[in-house]
Amino acid sequence: MSVEQVIFYVFAALAVISALGVITLKNVVHSAVALAATLLSVAGIFLTLHAEFLAGVQVIVYVGGILVLFIFVIMLISIEKSIVERQFNRQWAVALITAILLIGELAFVVWRGNDSLVLAEPAPAVPSVLGVSGNSQLVGETLYGQYLLPFEIASILLLVAIVGSVALSKKKTQAE
Amino acid sequence: MVPIHHYLILGAALFTIGVVGVLTRRNIMVILMSIELMMNAVNINLIAFSGRLGHVAGQVFAIFVITVAAAEAAVGLGIVIAMFKNKETMNINEIDLMKW
Repeated sequence: MSVEQVIFYVFAALAVISALGVITLKNVVHSAVALAATLLSVAGIFLTLHAEFLAGVQVIVYVGGILVLFIFVIMLISIEKSIVERQFNRQWAVALITAILLIGELAFVVWRGNDSLVLAEPAPAVPSVLGVSGNSQLVGETLYGQYLLPFEIASILLLVAIVGSVALSKKKTQAE
Repeated sequence: MVPIHHYLILGAALFTIGVVGVLTRRNIMVILMSIELMMNAVNINLIAFSGRLGHVAGQVFAIFVITVAAAEAAVGLGIVIAMFKNKETMNINEIDLMKW
C-alpha cells in the first residue's frame, strides 16, 4: 500500500465519519465543527489527486469563509432555544427509502462504468497541457482562457448574491 | 494509485449523507450544512475525473461549484436571519406560511 493510498483512505474515513456527525449531532455548533472536519478531509483528498490549488481554495473559501459565516449566524441566533427543540422530524421512512434508492443507483452506475473507468487509468497523474507546469498556473490559464465567459457569469452570480443578501437584511423604511 | 471508483464511492456516500440530512433534520442551519456536503461530493467527483483523465476542466468547474456554494450560503443565511427576526425560530416545521 503506497503513501498516497494510505492518505486517501484515512481522509476518506475521516470525511465520512465527520459527515455522519454533521447530520446526527444534536448541538448545531458541534455540527458546524464536524462540517469543518469534513471540509478539511476533502481538501486532503484533493491533494491526493494533485489538485493543490483546489485544496487551498477549499481551505480558504470553505473553511475560512463559508463555515465562519455559518458559525457567525449560529452565534447571532440564540443557541439555547434551538438545543431544547426536537432536532429530527418524522420523515425517517422517507429518508431511508430515498437513501437506499440513491445509493443503489449510484453503486449501479459505478459498477456498470467500471470497465470504462479502468481504461482511463494510464493518463498522466500531473497533466501538462499548453506547455505550462504547476497546478495553479494550469488552472489559471484554463479559467481565464477557455472558460472566461463562465467566469464572468459566476462574477455576476456573486454580485446578485451580494445585492440579495443586503436587500434581505436591511431594515424596512417608512415607504414600505 | 487509488482506483477512481473509490473516489466515486466516497462522493456517492457523502452525497447520500447530505440527502438524509436535508430530509431528517428540522434545524435550518443543519439543512444548509447538508447542502454544502452534497456540493463537496460533486467536487470530489469532478476533481477525481480531472486528475485521472489528465484534463484540467474538472478543476475549473469545481471552482464554479465553490462560487455557487458561497453565493448560496450568503443568500441562505440572509434568509435565516430575516426569518429569525420575524418568527424567533430555526425550526423549519414552524415556517409554513407558504404551505397549502
